[in-house]
Amino acid sequence: MAYTKRFDGRKFDETREIKAKVGVVPNADGSAMFAFGDTVAIAAVYGPKQLHPQHMQNPRKGILRVNYQMMSFSVSDRIRPGPSKRGTEISKISEWALDSATMLDDFPNNVVDVHIMIPQADASTRCAGINAASLALAHAGVPMKDLITSVSVGKMDKQLVVDVTKKEEDYEEGEGATDVAMSFLSQSGKLVHVQLDGKINTKELKEAFKMGREASKKIYEIQKETLKKIEKEN
Amino acid sequence: MIENLNLTADRIREYLEKGKRFDSRKVGEFRDISIECGISNKAEGSAKVKVGKTEVWAGVKMALAEPYADSPDKGNLMVSAELTPLSNSRYEYGPPKFDSIELGRLVDRGIRESGYIDFEKLCIEKGEKVWQVFVDVYSINDDGNLLDVAFIAALAALRHAKVPVYDKKEGKIDYDKPAKESMPLTENVPFNFSVYTCGGGIILDPTIDEESASEGRLVVAVIPKKPIQICSMQKSGEYSLVEEKFGEILDFIEDAHKTLFPKVQKLIDEAIKKAESAKK
Repeated sequence: MAYTKRFDGRKFDETREIKAKVGVVPNADGSAMFAFGDTVAIAAVYGPKQLHPQHMQNPRKGILRVNYQMMSFSVSDRIRPGPSKRGTEISKISEWALDSATMLDDFPNNVVDVHIMIPQADASTRCAGINAASLALAHAGVPMKDLITSVSVGKMDKQLVVDVTKKEEDYEEGEGATDVAMSFLSQSGKLVHVQLDGKINTKELKEAFKMGREASKKIYEIQKETLKKIEKEN
Repeated sequence: MIENLNLTADRIREYLEKGKRFDSRKVGEFRDISIECGISNKAEGSAKVKVGKTEVWAGVKMALAEPYADSPDKGNLMVSAELTPLSNSRYEYGPPKFDSIELGRLVDRGIRESGYIDFEKLCIEKGEKVWQVFVDVYSINDDGNLLDVAFIAALAALRHAKVPVYDKKEGKIDYDKPAKESMPLTENVPFNFSVYTCGGGIILDPTIDEESASEGRLVVAVIPKKPIQICSMQKSGEYSLVEEKFGEILDFIEDAHKTLFPKVQKLIDEAIKKAESAKK
C-alpha cells in the first residue's frame, strides 16, 4: 500500500494550519507562540544580559543559549520532568541554527537566553520551537540578519510530504517513515540545521530539500506578518 | 539596582500601613482571574490560569501503577512543579530548587488532605493495579503569587480530566479509544490562600514586588464546610507571627473564601464547558 493520500487529507507539500503570535510571556524581553496544527511551541527570550559565571563570558561577542523542553503532559505517555538527552541535543541544534542569524558582536560578555517549551506535541516540535524562538528573538529586538524558518519533510513509503505528524512519523508500510527536520536562513535559503531519521536515497533527499525550502518561504511570510501585527497593536 | 529594589519595597510597606496597594486593590483582593481548559490534547486534563500577569499551566496525566503497600485499594497522586526560566529571569535550569519543590509539595498536600480526589475509585485491581495521577504545573509568567495560581490551575486541570480507557485484555491504556469517564472527585474542593505579611499588614495575591517586600507567608488550604475547614498549612519564610496576627489571618481567609471560591468555581465551570464545546 503506497502512501497516496495523507491521513489528514493535506496536499503533500502543504503544512498544517500555522498559528503564530508574539508577546505571550510579559516578563520576557521577547516571546512568541508558534503552532503547526496540534504541535504548539512557546519561546521566551531574556537578554542580552551579563553572563554569570564570569569564566563563561566571551569578551569578543555575546553568546546565545537555547533550552528546549517538552512539558510532561505534551505527549500520551508522560515525560518525566527535568533534563533529557533528547532535550539537550535539540537545545544545541536549535542554538546553532538561531546563532547563524543573530548578531551579538556588540554585546561582549553578555548572553541571550532563549527558552522553548512544548505544551502539546504532534511531531515536528523542534521545527515549531525554532520558528517560535526566531520570532521571540526578533520581538526582543536582538540584532538579526535574517529570520530562521524550520520545517520537517517526511517520506512515507516512497512519498515525500511536508510537515510530518506523529501518525505519519509512525508509518510502517513499504519503506516506512523517514523524517528530515531542516532550518533555513529565510532570505538566502542557506541551510542552518538538518537532522534525518530513516532511510532515503540521494535523489529523494534532494527533492526533500526543495520541498522544505518552498515550505519555508511560506512560513517566512507568516512570521513577517506576525511581527508586523505587534507594531499595529502598540 | 539593589537600592532601587529597597526603595520600592519600603514604599510598598509604607502604603500597606495605610491599607493601600500600588495597583489600588484592597488587601484581600485578587487581580483579574482568567481560566482556559484544554491547552494540551495529549493530557488527560489541562488548564492555563492567569491572575493579573501571573500565568501557570497545569496538566494531568494518568498511568497504571502498583498501589502502595499501605493503601492497596487506592490510586496515587504525584504533583510536580517547575518554576521555569521562561517565566522569570530569576529561575535557572537544573535540578529543582527549594522553591519548585515547596510549591509542588504545597499543591500536593492541599489536594491530598482535602480528600478532593476519590482515590478508592481509582483502584483497578486491589493490591495489583491502580491509577496514578500526575499533576504537573509549569510557571509561564511569574508576577507573584505563583502558588495560589498553580493551585487553581491544578484544580481546573483535575476537573477537566477524563480517565483514559483501560484495556483489561492487554493490561495497558488504550489512547485510541475516547476517554469519557470524569476524574472521580468529591465535594471537598480545596482552595489555597497564601497570606503574605508585609510591613505589619497582611495581603493576598501579591505582585512580584509585593512578594519581595514581604517578610513571609502563611499558606493555608481550606475545604468548603460551614465554617470552612483547614486541611493543610505551612508557615514559609523566616518570620514570626504573634497569636493575634495568626487569628487575624484565619478570619481574613474565611472572609476571602466567601467571594473568591464561588467565583473561581464558576470560572472553571465555564472554561470546561468552552473546552468541551470546542472539541465537538
